[in-house]
Amino acid sequence: MRIDVIVRYLPLFKKAALLTLKLGIIGIIFAILIGLICALIQYYKVPIIRHLVAVYIELSRNTPLLIQLFFIYYGLPKIGISTNAEICGIAGLAFLGGSYMAEAFRSGLEAVPDIQVESAYSLGMSPMQTAFYIILPQAISTSMPPFMANVIFLLKETSVFSAISLMDLMFTAKDLIGLYYKTTESLFLLVVFYLIILLPVSLLGSYIERRLRYAGFGS
Amino acid sequence: MKDILLKVDNIIKRFDNNTVLNGISFDVHKGEVIVVVGPSGCGKSTLLRCINALEPIQGGSITLEGETINPADKNLTALRQKVGMVFQSYDLFPHLSVLRNITIAPEKVQKRNPKEVEKEALALLERVGLRDRANSFPRELSGGQKQRVAIVRALCMNPDLLLFDEVTAALDPEMVREVLDVMLNLAASGRTMIIVTHEMQFAKAIADRVIFLDAGQIVEEGDPISFFEHPQTDRAQKFLNTFEFESVKNHEK
Repeated sequence: MRIDVIVRYLPLFKKAALLTLKLGIIGIIFAILIGLICALIQYYKVPIIRHLVAVYIELSRNTPLLIQLFFIYYGLPKIGISTNAEICGIAGLAFLGGSYMAEAFRSGLEAVPDIQVESAYSLGMSPMQTAFYIILPQAISTSMPPFMANVIFLLKETSVFSAISLMDLMFTAKDLIGLYYKTTESLFLLVVFYLIILLPVSLLGSYIERRLRYAGFGS
Repeated sequence: MKDILLKVDNIIKRFDNNTVLNGISFDVHKGEVIVVVGPSGCGKSTLLRCINALEPIQGGSITLEGETINPADKNLTALRQKVGMVFQSYDLFPHLSVLRNITIAPEKVQKRNPKEVEKEALALLERVGLRDRANSFPRELSGGQKQRVAIVRALCMNPDLLLFDEVTAALDPEMVREVLDVMLNLAASGRTMIIVTHEMQFAKAIADRVIFLDAGQIVEEGDPISFFEHPQTDRAQKFLNTFEFESVKNHEK
């Protein structure tokens, strides 16, 4: 392994890491929004729409991201929707992540005991106020562990983006290996950069979980 | 006779084909303390839940100061503000401090001034001996303390009627007393209450009127002295006997 090669490649990987991070963060934000909306639709058993949500969740969770990306990237232009690779990447991640987030939030919502809801009602709270002040705060803290696991999972899934020619970390590494045969240095940098992105997230996750355990509910 | 606050008129409550309340009627006057007793599964808790519109009824009517309580009503939250309820299980909101548990509904539902609500909440906590726990979280309290906070939470809405659903049933014996004392104080201050309980001594001490419920019907109703000392029906007699114990010491020899 040659240090000078690593130093020379560093700016390329930095740029790729920023793209990975940017697409990952935007995709995950959309996934959280989709997940929260889907979870609420299922929790409140909204007629008809909740069946559509169930179909979406099964479709999203039981197909690989790579194939979802191909559908979005090659399929959408066929039906006349022009788009670019970055938007496709974000859309793919949101489509996949939405269902995982929905399941995480749903388990949190279902873990809130009925008596909490009834107590809120008996204090005169409307269903809206009950959701906002009583159900959601409790549901979100119980769904924190699966939520953090999903964030890490989705960030890792961004490595598939190289398949639709997004110049992310994976793409950059493969590109450099193909061009210069510097396999060791490229793969080393690839691993290091993924760790730089994911380790802080992972540590943040365990910190939040620990905090939540201290603030643990129960009687 | 004082004004009628709550009128329960011939209500029917069914879960599928199982009739839980079968034609219950009674009036509650202002300032009156009603104790509802009866064997498990007789419909006591369901009765309270119907009065607070947590359960729809299949027949009859419940009116609070002339307004019908109907779970399908849009105006439900307004009615529920007039009826406070304390449940058997500790039902404080675990993510909120003791003080916030008490102030959130008066602030958000009744839109009262937060400063004023906080002052009232602290005064009420003082009265139940928990002023120093205002900033604790529910998990840091004992069962009895939690139940006292739950009572304060209901009180802070200034309800016309308070419902207590076996509030001491899940408590350790020495904690039962502190909760019952709070309720005795409330009765002494003229609160209108309906209490479901298995504490017969307490029922005798606090009740203006006892209602004995069995199999979804009112079997006997009357003042506590005549009910506990001279029950009129065999069913009530049999029920009250389950609280008496014959000594078995002489068998040991």
